[in-house]
Amino acid sequence: MSSLDPSFLIKAPTHPVGVYKVSKNQVFKDHRRFGFSNIVLVLTILFLFTPLIVVITYSFNSSKGMMWTGFSLKWYAALLFDSEELWRAFLNSFIIAISSSAVATVLASLAAVGIKWYSFKGRQFIQTLSFLPMVLPEVIIGISMLIFFTAIKLPLGMFSIFIAHTTFNLPFVFLLVSARLDEFDFTILEAARDLGASERQTLMKVIVPSIMPGVMSGLLMSITMSLEDFVITFFVSGPGSTTLPLYVYSMIRYGVSPVINALSFVLILSIILLAFALRRFLKVIAASS
Amino acid sequence: MMNNRKREIRLGTTYSFPMGIWLFIFFLVPLLIIILYSFMKKGLYGGVEWEFSLAAYRQMFNPNFMRVLVRTIVVSVAATFFTMLLALPCGYAMARSRNQTLLLALIIIPFWTNSLIRIYAWIAILSSEGFLNETLKFFHIISESLPLIYNQGAVVTVLIYMYIPFAILPIFTTIDKFDFQLLEAARDVGANKTRAIISVLLPNIRSGIITSFIFTFIPIFGAYTVPLLVGGKDSYMIGNIIVDQVTKTRNWPLASAFSLILTLLSTLGVMWMMVSSAKERSQSGKKNPSFRQGGNL
Repeated sequence: MSSLDPSFLIKAPTHPVGVYKVSKNQVFKDHRRFGFSNIVLVLTILFLFTPLIVVITYSFNSSKGMMWTGFSLKWYAALLFDSEELWRAFLNSFIIAISSSAVATVLASLAAVGIKWYSFKGRQFIQTLSFLPMVLPEVIIGISMLIFFTAIKLPLGMFSIFIAHTTFNLPFVFLLVSARLDEFDFTILEAARDLGASERQTLMKVIVPSIMPGVMSGLLMSITMSLEDFVITFFVSGPGSTTLPLYVYSMIRYGVSPVINALSFVLILSIILLAFALRRFLKVIAASS
Repeated sequence: MMNNRKREIRLGTTYSFPMGIWLFIFFLVPLLIIILYSFMKKGLYGGVEWEFSLAAYRQMFNPNFMRVLVRTIVVSVAATFFTMLLALPCGYAMARSRNQTLLLALIIIPFWTNSLIRIYAWIAILSSEGFLNETLKFFHIISESLPLIYNQGAVVTVLIYMYIPFAILPIFTTIDKFDFQLLEAARDVGANKTRAIISVLLPNIRSGIITSFIFTFIPIFGAYTVPLLVGGKDSYMIGNIIVDQVTKTRNWPLASAFSLILTLLSTLGVMWMMVSSAKERSQSGKKNPSFRQGGNL
């Protein structure tokens, strides 16, 4: 086993999680509810949510400042009907998120299958390469891409953002699909071949359906990451390709309007829905981020 | 047999190469260009002149940059320290809880929320007419706004806030795999709870602690947005220097040299992480055989 195998990042669920958990955690459960670690956890969760709750609360404030003057939905009205630029930025973000995560999901899922199931020259190289973008500071990735695009004279805009987002999405999909493959019994593949399935049939009828949950969670994760990225996008965007985070940045820097509070609530709400949709994969996601 | 082997190579290659080539062109080549550029002469309007030069590396030792470097180290160490201090008990409590999914969701929801929105929320809380100052004034605890933002304290607080999920998740994952019967055994032979945790739990989750350290320290070390938006004049970190060198001063070789240092630091961290987890695996290798190792590929 080479030391450059990033699959350790994934907790390979070698047993049905539920069964193991009951025997392990309920018998030896720490019954002291107010133990030190539980208190720290509760305080940390409060710490994590307080800023979000403050912003959400003030999105319903009728005045601009942080003095509470009464309930109002006017910032939501402004968000919906009077924020044309914001929606254009959102549309850009949306186009890039969908296209880059679709490409990343296809490329990374195929690569995960290739690397987990077959051995060939260059396998280790690709695996290591797929891991590095996750740890490098975003500023470095952004700057190196900016310099690269300038060197090859590719104009900065939607296309360069698409390339950058696909690049940073690949590792996450790769890890999530790899985790799914670790659970998969590959003797099924031999069975399929013994029964006379062609390579294409094996791929479409056996491999694809069985790794679908990993692929879907990878797709959703990369859509989220693409919608959320600011630093890398900041460097590779050009005129006319403002994304939502870039727009929020300009709002923060050059005059805050409470519309941003209303926008925050909408975004937080969609993240809550996403976390709910992915609730069965949260453990795998926790292990890969 | 020979046919099978050939087929395996062909399939593995077909499946993996599209991603390999993509990452090679759009990730590795840009990094190599940065290495190359750091040894070039600065171009007049950005870019470089194709002439070998060590000027960038000499400029790095400018006392201004050294001050920023020292500050970056101090801020990163402080923020990482507090983050880990909170993350360890959190990961432990989550792993022992019956509501793991809910707790994971509660950690992951803020983590996935747009980072600019989270920074903005802190600005709304800390600024001179922000939530905290207005609330304190409302209850007549203070009469003048406190300077809570645009200083080092705000930078460290917001950095802890941004990166604490990165630290909690790997620690949770390793503690969750830990066999708690070992703790019971330690206590049966007379260790008290603290002693059992220090000498039985912590050594067993070493790789998780290292992973979460790396995933916290490296991004904080390269932080750009947080010092820019909640820091003051004296809060600049290396990330800000790099960006200014590219966008304002247009000294690309210098930006490349700084980037190279950060890249090397990250690579060292990753290698440390991989070595430590490989070691751990070889020690407990038989406990958790993965399918691939157990199979006949």
